[in-house]
Amino acid sequence: MAAITIAEVSKIYTGNVEAVKSVSIDIEDGEFIVLVGPSGCGKSTLLRMVAGLESISKGTVKIGPRVINEVDPAERDIAMVFQNYALYPHMTVYQNLAYGLKNRKTPKAEIDARVAEAARMLEIEPYLHRKPRALSGGQRQRVAMGRAIVRKPAAFLFDEPLSNLDAKLRVSMRGEIKRLQKRLGTTSLYVTHDQLEAMTLADRLVVLNGGRIEQIGRPLDVYHRPASTFVASFIGSPAMNLIKGRIEGSRLHVGTYRIELGERAPVEGPVTVGLRAEDLRLAGVGEDAMLFQVDYVEELGAQRLVHGTIEDQALTVALSPEIPLSGDLAVTIATDRLHFFSTENGKRLERGASFTNTAESARPLSLEPAL
Amino acid sequence: MYRTKFFDHVILLIGVFIMVAPVVVAFMTSTHEAADIHRNGLSLTWGGHFVETYETVLTRKGGFTGKITGLNMMMNSMILGLGFALGKIILSMLAAYAIVYFRFRLATFFFWIIFTTLLLPLEVRILPSYEVMNTLKLTNTYTGLIVPLLASATGTFYFRQFFKSVPDELLEAARIDGAGPFKFFIDVLVPLSRTMMAAIFIIMFVYGWNQYLWPTLMTTDEGFFTLVRGIKQILLVWVGSNIPDYNEAFALAILAMLPPVLIVVIFQRGFIKGLTESDK
Amino acid sequence: MTSGTELLPAPRGGTGTDGRRFGALRLFGGKAKGSEEAAKRVQFSSPYLPYLFLAPQLAIIFVFFYWPSIQAIQSSFYLEDPFGFGSTFVGMTNYTDVLKSGEYLGIARFTAIFTTLVTFFALSIGLLLAVKADGVIRGNATYKTLLIWVYAIAPPVAGLIGMMFFDQHIGPIVELARWFGWDIKVGLNYFDTAFSMIVVSVWKQIPYNFIFFLSGLQGIPVAVREAAAMDCRSGFRRFWTVILPLLAPTAFFLLIINVTYALFDTFGVIDVMVKDKAANNPITLVYKVYMDGFRGNDLGGSSAQSVILMLIVFVLTIFQFRFIERRVHYN
Repeated sequence: MAAITIAEVSKIYTGNVEAVKSVSIDIEDGEFIVLVGPSGCGKSTLLRMVAGLESISKGTVKIGPRVINEVDPAERDIAMVFQNYALYPHMTVYQNLAYGLKNRKTPKAEIDARVAEAARMLEIEPYLHRKPRALSGGQRQRVAMGRAIVRKPAAFLFDEPLSNLDAKLRVSMRGEIKRLQKRLGTTSLYVTHDQLEAMTLADRLVVLNGGRIEQIGRPLDVYHRPASTFVASFIGSPAMNLIKGRIEGSRLHVGTYRIELGERAPVEGPVTVGLRAEDLRLAGVGEDAMLFQVDYVEELGAQRLVHGTIEDQALTVALSPEIPLSGDLAVTIATDRLHFFSTENGKRLERGASFTNTAESARPLSLEPAL
Repeated sequence: MYRTKFFDHVILLIGVFIMVAPVVVAFMTSTHEAADIHRNGLSLTWGGHFVETYETVLTRKGGFTGKITGLNMMMNSMILGLGFALGKIILSMLAAYAIVYFRFRLATFFFWIIFTTLLLPLEVRILPSYEVMNTLKLTNTYTGLIVPLLASATGTFYFRQFFKSVPDELLEAARIDGAGPFKFFIDVLVPLSRTMMAAIFIIMFVYGWNQYLWPTLMTTDEGFFTLVRGIKQILLVWVGSNIPDYNEAFALAILAMLPPVLIVVIFQRGFIKGLTESDK
Repeated sequence: MTSGTELLPAPRGGTGTDGRRFGALRLFGGKAKGSEEAAKRVQFSSPYLPYLFLAPQLAIIFVFFYWPSIQAIQSSFYLEDPFGFGSTFVGMTNYTDVLKSGEYLGIARFTAIFTTLVTFFALSIGLLLAVKADGVIRGNATYKTLLIWVYAIAPPVAGLIGMMFFDQHIGPIVELARWFGWDIKVGLNYFDTAFSMIVVSVWKQIPYNFIFFLSGLQGIPVAVREAAAMDCRSGFRRFWTVILPLLAPTAFFLLIINVTYALFDTFGVIDVMVKDKAANNPITLVYKVYMDGFRGNDLGGSSAQSVILMLIVFVLTIFQFRFIERRVHYN
């Protein structure tokens, strides 16, 4: 077990394609870090550099105190779980688990003990003498996990290990990975493109975009304080609504609506406004409201997502299914839940310190419809 | 619906008849006596002289120099077929392994060196090949019979395609598991390629066994004759005699086709897979 | 993809009649698509191992492929002294001699006709049987086995059996022809010999085409057939408008293989059937190379002919390479 230090690491492919751009992450011993981002964001490349499957173009990677840039993958004291499991199809489950240990000249008795322990932990004992093809997807996944566990490595590397499973199994395996990691306390680096998986698994998540880190933080911090429009739209489902607005003094203009923020706004002029679907609600009688033109409704059971527009800007509103819907809606916003982002670089604009105020209900919106 | 199916079967049966009948007739006729055949023509009935004829063919010393038996020729055919198939598999697996799994400077160059051989079949360069064999004093040797046939890239091409289709993660997992180039080859790649090796073995064995032109050039010493190569000699002897030994000629033809036919029929599935799935 | 040996995709690229021609096509096809580059994300690097693994194959290729091929080209420009006293450079003379010779042109014409007929009949009969075998359910496997096994018979052995069937005394085909007033004299009559050679060559090649057509047919997704069945009532029209176009890649591939077969692999059939009396009998270009080189001891002329054949093969390969891009894919 060890900490992993990734310091200003870059990956440059031939032809000067920079897949990873000077990324630094300090991973504490025993921490579960999830790298999340869309495909092509460099998350897998970064993981594979830590694994030693890709060379490191710039920067250093340390596992524990040791710089491992030039160390052979087998010598890095890591274990990896692959997306397609990469089980050796011609070996039994037992042989799959034992192969790495055998190559390290581990004594037979020790191998047996470790395999037995891992098999018990993962409940794959009945299949030890089967070949991978005789196993279900979930069982193969467990074997792949087992192959990592028996090695007792300093770190686990996971490369989208759940994406080949069906939705239901994915949820249960997710829980299992989390539980196992906590129990073993092994430092883990986990790559996924699924933001929900990232949210539920991570101690901290690293959101990557275009080879750069957009944000590092605990899941809820990232959710509540996204560092950029990219993170805002990537983390959370449905994605955060992002609409164009303009700030003049303490007022926010959205289309022809004017919203009183009751505080000094972070900037003057055009701004991207972020608001989560659940932070919009139906306006009460007599309350100031904006006209929300409904396009279509998605029923999720516990929730109902209403898609539509406010003055031609697309938004999604999450409503309770109990509320009857008929035609267009009058909605209002929780102003203290608004996020502001720069229109130039998409970065988050922190709101003034004065904005630590009361619950939304205490501050009625001041909406002045145009005309 | 019933009618169309009926005609389908009729056409298929005619096809089967055309493909099978000549060989059945050849076999049946081979069990008759030569004089009998000469009088009555080819036969579809059992002649009862199976044991005598085949024993003669297998054990009598024949040819012009009288030093080779059918059994000897069969052995030679076997050596050619097995040697060729095994040689092909070993050479091409190693070469394909180097090309697919190693990063080295001259990889592309060697790739083209090897795959250019697919452009020119042996038939168009027989004479100079023969000259080379003469220079190397390899005529009338098993080496000369087998090795030059190995100078083509088909097997390498097969294995290269196969190796490329092996998931990358397997190598990555093996490397993390501490396997080097030799270990990975022996522990992972060879066991994974078993089906592929079997299919190639069948195809190459049949190809090697059935070689005609090259053995004709390379072996003048009858001690090195293969069954297929000996066929023409049979004919030459037979043309000269009064009552041709039709039965023995047929018996030799049957023996010459037996091993490859058996292999193809028994391993039909693997054989078809190997042959066709390499398409596309 | 999940793991398991069975699930690994089948290798692509391959073998012709004899494990030879097929590869070239795929090879160049692959290159045309720009997919020739390095296969694996991760590779070993070692200063000597790859060379060690390549060494045996390379050694054999250099000695038995490059050396003779270069010699063939070289000696095609020389005239060998008949008494073995060296050779003189004669430029293109060997080529012009060959191409001006009426005999050579006659053989070339026969080769062209022979190749066309063998290819045409072997392909159409193979296709017919494959379509029928694909259509029937009962006995499918049996038909398949019975129809493919002739593949394993060597061409000269097929030639020998053919000889018997066309034999003056005992040949049933000769007897059958007599019924119709045709007196077949193989080995004596040019046309009759050519006829029997074509019959035997076609017979030997049918299984190969059958195998490929059948697997091509079985590769057509059931959904496509079902869609076609709903769109079109006539089975024949359906075959013509849906199935055949989907088979086009297989057919094209087989066309090249069959041409190569007829040009080169029929050597054994011809050699057995003309029984060393090539004089008045039909022979192909490859047989002529062999005769001039080994019987006539005309090294220069034979080499020039070899080079001409090389060019033909080369053009075929280019042809294939050009058309490979048009291959239709089922998915």
